[in-house]
Amino acid sequence: MTSAEPLIQTTRAPRVRRTRRSRMRIALKKAPLSAWFGMVVTLCYVLVALFAPLIAPYRETQVFSEAFAPWSHEFMFGTDQLGRDMLTRLIYGARNTIGIAVATTIISFAAGVTLGLLAAMYRGWPDQILSRAVDVLMSIPSLIFALMLLSIFGSSITSLVLIIALLDSTRVFRLARAVGLNVVVMEYVEAAQLRGEGPAWILRKEILPNILPPLIAEFGLRFCFVFLTIAALSFLGVGIQPPSADWGSMVRENATLITYGDVTPLLPAGAIALLTVAVNFVVDWFLHSTSGLRDEK
Amino acid sequence: MRVNPVAKTVLQRLGLGLITLFVVSIIIFSAIAMLPGDFAKATLGQAATPETVAALQHEIGLDRPPIERYFSWIGKMAQGDFGSSFASRTGYRRTVAEIIAPRLYNTMFLAVMTALVAVPLALGLGILAALYRNSWFDRLVNTVTLTTISFPEFFVAYMLAFLIISRDTFAGTDLAQSLPVWLAASIDWTLNVVPKFPTLANISDQTPFWEHVWRAALPSITLTLVIVAHMMRMTRAAIINMLSSPYIDMARLKGMTPMVVVLRHALPNAWAPIVTVVAFNLAYLIVGVVVVEVVFVYPGVGQLMVDAVKSRDVPVVQACALVFAATYILLNLIADIISIATNPRLLHPR
Repeated sequence: MTSAEPLIQTTRAPRVRRTRRSRMRIALKKAPLSAWFGMVVTLCYVLVALFAPLIAPYRETQVFSEAFAPWSHEFMFGTDQLGRDMLTRLIYGARNTIGIAVATTIISFAAGVTLGLLAAMYRGWPDQILSRAVDVLMSIPSLIFALMLLSIFGSSITSLVLIIALLDSTRVFRLARAVGLNVVVMEYVEAAQLRGEGPAWILRKEILPNILPPLIAEFGLRFCFVFLTIAALSFLGVGIQPPSADWGSMVRENATLITYGDVTPLLPAGAIALLTVAVNFVVDWFLHSTSGLRDEK
Repeated sequence: MRVNPVAKTVLQRLGLGLITLFVVSIIIFSAIAMLPGDFAKATLGQAATPETVAALQHEIGLDRPPIERYFSWIGKMAQGDFGSSFASRTGYRRTVAEIIAPRLYNTMFLAVMTALVAVPLALGLGILAALYRNSWFDRLVNTVTLTTISFPEFFVAYMLAFLIISRDTFAGTDLAQSLPVWLAASIDWTLNVVPKFPTLANISDQTPFWEHVWRAALPSITLTLVIVAHMMRMTRAAIINMLSSPYIDMARLKGMTPMVVVLRHALPNAWAPIVTVVAFNLAYLIVGVVVVEVVFVYPGVGQLMVDAVKSRDVPVVQACALVFAATYILLNLIADIISIATNPRLLHPR
């Protein structure tokens, strides 16, 4: 944003460095409509997930007498196959589905970034072993691998989170290692080493801040991917298990309604789709504004 | 000794592919070894006596050393013997091979049918979008594909199913009643243009060829929508990348039309990335096929694998995983080899 005016600036008073907050405000002001849409939608989802018990009209597993009830004033979107209020399930579903996806992404990042940066810093045989292991893990489609592991360990939320975090951390590892390799050779890292700083300090204070933008963008993309994988597994009936409300399984359980021309089963599916689109819009804008990437001209 | 550089790279890549396949087969094999210790007891249930438990363990081979088991397993696999399903009982043996074979044919049918439509469509759209870059056509195609990429497969699938069903039910809905008559009538007319594809794809071995195509239409359209988006975007990016090279400027300065520039100059050099993209997306079909088969109750390997995971029938899961993984690795291998072979720079080493 300053490339057009540096000449004028040098002749005037020394440039005042903008604070982080003011830079953020400027970036937000310039954000395109799609990014705003994405941010607002994502924020709404987060609020719904956080305050689910306050918003929902009924309790998560409260059963009413009529199953597959039509839309009415009492049940805004009708009831599901067991007679539970659809709107309530949708609201609690936000909490379960998004919560589990966020937890999985955080674990996969913690593992992937740490190992990736260590591999970039030390090179040698640990790097070789980790990289080859990642190559092999990535040569099997992750949904297939997840299905196989779930058949062995059974579908509990813990095994679901751990399995998907493991499979997903391979991609994080590759990215962290690749961007890490560029930073490790910098003079300031060498200076820190000569100063006698420990590896943990160098990792946290010298390397991590410099590779943060691509990692944050990757976090958004990985979240989408994890979110879709968990939704797909739950839809297949091997992911999040009942009675927890979850969008993937809600689609499967109520899918028969579609044959009667009822849109209700499309609501949870649409909720998944909308959130992914929203996060993608935000990530797209973030990538553009941090990397100075413009559309190919 | 002088070896043709292309042949050398291809051989290296082949070797690497074989090693990957080998390691993957070991991983899939060890799946059965990772089973919790009391698995035999758990499958047999309450009525298990020590003898039946020992018999099952012997049948799975848990009483032999793992390395020996691996080689006998992989040897049988190579001969097409995938062992028998846990669903088989004494006197009623269900071999995995006989369960999988018809399913594999169905899945391949669906995948080939989808690829035949999706690949030309995606390449055509990608080339057109690159030609008319930043036009309304380009923007429209970009927005639509970005949206479909973000949708889960089952959402696309059920949307299509809903559309087909609305043909018959739309006139009776509250929405149709509340809309103005002309609007409701025209929506109804538009819906009736959509062919009435079957929303459940029941196929048996007796289904005639064209009937099979007709019944598999909706799953195939869903998969097409999902993969065309990726392929088209990557084709466009590959061609636009080529268009920024100096030799393209030269061709333009000679006065060639944009179409000729793209088809004769940009495209031949963009083949390598495009082939990679196509193979990558065909490999992606493998994952998409699982969900779509379940939605439309299409009897393929994907649905079989999901059912086997639910009943924890590990031999079937292993065989399905091996089939999927081998196809995936093979497709990626083919893509790599084609992109090496079509790269003219490798023919003239410095």
